[in-house]
Amino acid sequence: MLRFLARRLALAIPTLILASMIIFALQQLLPGDVATALTGEERDPQVIAFIREKYHLDEPLPVRYAYWAGGVLRGDLGESIRLQKPVSELIVEKLPVTLELACLAMLVALAIGVPMGVLSAVKRGQAADTIANGIALWGLSVPNFWLGILLILLFSVELGWLPASGYVSPFESMSDNLAAMVMPAFVLGNAIAAVMMRHTRAAMLGVLGSDYVRTARAKGVSPLRVTLRHALPNAAIPIITLGALEFGQLLSGAVLTEQVFSVPGFGKLMVDAVFNRDFATVQGVVICTAATYIALNLAADLLSAAVNPKLRRA
Amino acid sequence: MSTGTPIAEATGLAAPAGTPALIQEPGTLAAFWRRLRARPSAVAGLIIVGLLILMAVFAPWIAPYDPTATDWGNVRGAPSLAHPFGGDEVGRDVLSRIIFGARASLGAGLVSVALAVSLGLPLGLLAGYAGGWIDGAISRLTDALLAIPFLILAIALAAFLGPSLVNAMIAIGLSATSTFIRLTRAQVRAVAAEEFVEAARAMGNPPWRIARVHILPNIVPAILVQATLTIAAAIIAEASLSFLGLGQQPPEPSWGAMLNTAKNFMDEAPWMAIWPGLSIFLAVLAFNLFGDGLRDALDPRQRT
Amino acid sequence: MTAPMTKPLLDVRDLAVAFDTDGGAVHAVNGVSYTLHEGETLGIVGESGSGKSVHVLAMLGLIPRPPGRITGGQVLFEGRDLLALKERELRKVRGGAIGFVFQDPMSSLNPGMTVAAQIIEPLRIHLGLDARAARVRAKELLDLVRIPNAGARLDQYPHEFSGGQRQRVMIAIGLSCRPKLLIADEATTALDVTVQAEIVGLVQELKRELGMAIIWITHDLGVVAGISDTVQVMYAGRILERGPVDDIFSDPRNAYTLGLLRSLPDLSGGRAGRRRLHQIEGAPPDMRHLPPGDPFAPRNAYATPRCRTEMPPLAQAPGAAPGHLVAAWYDLPQLLSREAAR
Repeated sequence: MLRFLARRLALAIPTLILASMIIFALQQLLPGDVATALTGEERDPQVIAFIREKYHLDEPLPVRYAYWAGGVLRGDLGESIRLQKPVSELIVEKLPVTLELACLAMLVALAIGVPMGVLSAVKRGQAADTIANGIALWGLSVPNFWLGILLILLFSVELGWLPASGYVSPFESMSDNLAAMVMPAFVLGNAIAAVMMRHTRAAMLGVLGSDYVRTARAKGVSPLRVTLRHALPNAAIPIITLGALEFGQLLSGAVLTEQVFSVPGFGKLMVDAVFNRDFATVQGVVICTAATYIALNLAADLLSAAVNPKLRRA
Repeated sequence: MSTGTPIAEATGLAAPAGTPALIQEPGTLAAFWRRLRARPSAVAGLIIVGLLILMAVFAPWIAPYDPTATDWGNVRGAPSLAHPFGGDEVGRDVLSRIIFGARASLGAGLVSVALAVSLGLPLGLLAGYAGGWIDGAISRLTDALLAIPFLILAIALAAFLGPSLVNAMIAIGLSATSTFIRLTRAQVRAVAAEEFVEAARAMGNPPWRIARVHILPNIVPAILVQATLTIAAAIIAEASLSFLGLGQQPPEPSWGAMLNTAKNFMDEAPWMAIWPGLSIFLAVLAFNLFGDGLRDALDPRQRT
Repeated sequence: MTAPMTKPLLDVRDLAVAFDTDGGAVHAVNGVSYTLHEGETLGIVGESGSGKSVHVLAMLGLIPRPPGRITGGQVLFEGRDLLALKERELRKVRGGAIGFVFQDPMSSLNPGMTVAAQIIEPLRIHLGLDARAARVRAKELLDLVRIPNAGARLDQYPHEFSGGQRQRVMIAIGLSCRPKLLIADEATTALDVTVQAEIVGLVQELKRELGMAIIWITHDLGVVAGISDTVQVMYAGRILERGPVDDIFSDPRNAYTLGLLRSLPDLSGGRAGRRRLHQIEGAPPDMRHLPPGDPFAPRNAYATPRCRTEMPPLAQAPGAAPGHLVAAWYDLPQLLSREAAR
């Protein structure tokens, strides 16, 4: 188990370094002089000189990367030019909001996707399967910012049941927090639910066609018990692994969902930074996302190893 | 005319798990068409895709109005006979903008995926076929790119490139490239291990010839399926970027940008939000339906 | 030992099974009829695709439906038609009165459940034992199939057992509820030759102790010889020949049976000289478009014109032991003696 962990880490670290290089290199895409571009609308030569100094813009690219990466390792993601705050501080401030949204959305996705996938695998080729596949296709095809707008139209504008936007900290009022989060969480979870449904269905079909499920049926085990006791636990490993990979999708989706519902999270931070040409913040958000994603991958591998009796005992 | 046997070999047409091995289906091109036609949803997807492309190409002839012409009498005008989909915040005809908007959406979908394939396919071929440190370098790069979620990477790229439809296409295309590198590499490695490739190698064929004659035709089906499904994702991505103001710039019409404005007029003019969203949904659904059908028809093993 | 002539335990009548595919229906089983008596061991032999496995899976509702379909027939087990039973009723038979042992012990046990949990399941379902009693019985069953140190191994997972031991666990599961009939589907095929012999020996011993009837399905006539009372040869979803084991081996009446026998390595060395291993020419038929006559006719050097147009009935072979049935229009012993004279 330890060796397995070490091997996975050995793969994850170069990936993260390479990803950080790519993100750093984004700067090079800026048209014209980097220092001028980074300062945005500011045209004060003093500020430009300060930026040039701070980001070592007169040094060659690899040296600049080394300075930048060194800063990232110390938790220094640079300075938000717009908000006059360290980027890391902004991220720490916004991250919990997105984390809550993402977790709620994952809950929605699992609660809808897994039972639907199990049902459609068990009822393969029957009406329930067709309906579940239709729902999944809808979930995959509907743009989540449009779904958000439609939900606001229905539940906020027409019915007036839920707030259209805004965010209340759960420490202030749990109920207001949930009222504000229910629509964004559903919208964000919707697409992932479709993906989870397809993963679950595929994994369950594989397991339901296996020899040991036939053995269980030959023992006279009831279909319900075959599904829940014999098939689902064995299908869980791919579902968990692929589910963790969908977390990246969740972070992508959060950018738009937060925009639609004005949820002040990670994604909103990124979009605002994009509008304000606050490139240090954009880079900071992207590298945090990549790091989160790589960490989740690692966690998924470890989790599936923990569930697998062959690795557990070894 | 190819007999289609490469498709059969690449997809390894075999009986689904749990059924006796004697059930096998020869995979000819004709059989592929028959299987595709037997799927009403795939056919429906193909037809919608075709209609949308026609609409985009012939937009100037179909659209009743100039999509950028403002009409102060039609500001947030409710749907009427003259303007069936209503008017937007400066009185432009929503129907005409929807028709012209298909150009941005489909164009972005097709161009960005074409870019992703033309970058990803050669790199994947190289990685899968050359092996060694070349494979290692390309694979690590792919891993790193895949670690950044697709849309986040596209937004970041578009942000640094500057907002425009062309830059959005480039951003989406680059973000989707890693998927094609990984897929091509995996397919190449699977096919390269097959006996007929071993045999070709043993007979002294040069590597580029083996790649072109033996490997490429065998991996085309998988790439085709992935490309179709990625077009769907790219259309959503373009709409997302335009929704965020990073794609098509006003006054040129784009479904995503139309939704962005519509968001501010939801109580007074809900039609401004309904039609562009429905259009995105329909286009994405059509490519998804067609892609799923294509996959099933090419590979009965994975049929769902 | 011959089968006692009592009321049959299992009476299969004209069973037919098909699978729907994109390329048309595959006719996997085409009118199979036979009886099996209590305590009898029936060996069913055939190549893959002969319908030997599919027909037993189908009679217990274990083929995937769709694409599988039972297109006709009856299967009377202790007088009740299994095909007419509701799924709930059929479940009481499966694993209860009829036990199963499957081919691949690597894949046929659930990798995520302990061996104890897998043995206990049928005991609780069919015998209604409580958890503690079931566990005690599970240990007895592992003892029964000669797994050493059974108590300590109950809580291990299948991957901690060797291939042969896993097959012993499968047998323990198959026998757990004292079935009247044990169906072993290629139970030794995936095992090493020495382990095969151990498993066959074990089943023979257990049969002596427990007295159940056995259907032993295999493609290997050699295994059948050691274990069966009756042998039944299947091809393309039909029975081509059936009879007492010694009679089938000494006096085959169907050319396909003869082909199978000739493909066996002659380990007794009794015959004059070492003859070359024989291989049956040709390929099995396309099960979607079966020929109208005897399905083996296209590969049969002894086939008559009638074989190609009309399926011969399965009937008592003239001059053979009673109960030795064959489906053939030709007279194989006569053809063989003529061949020898030439």
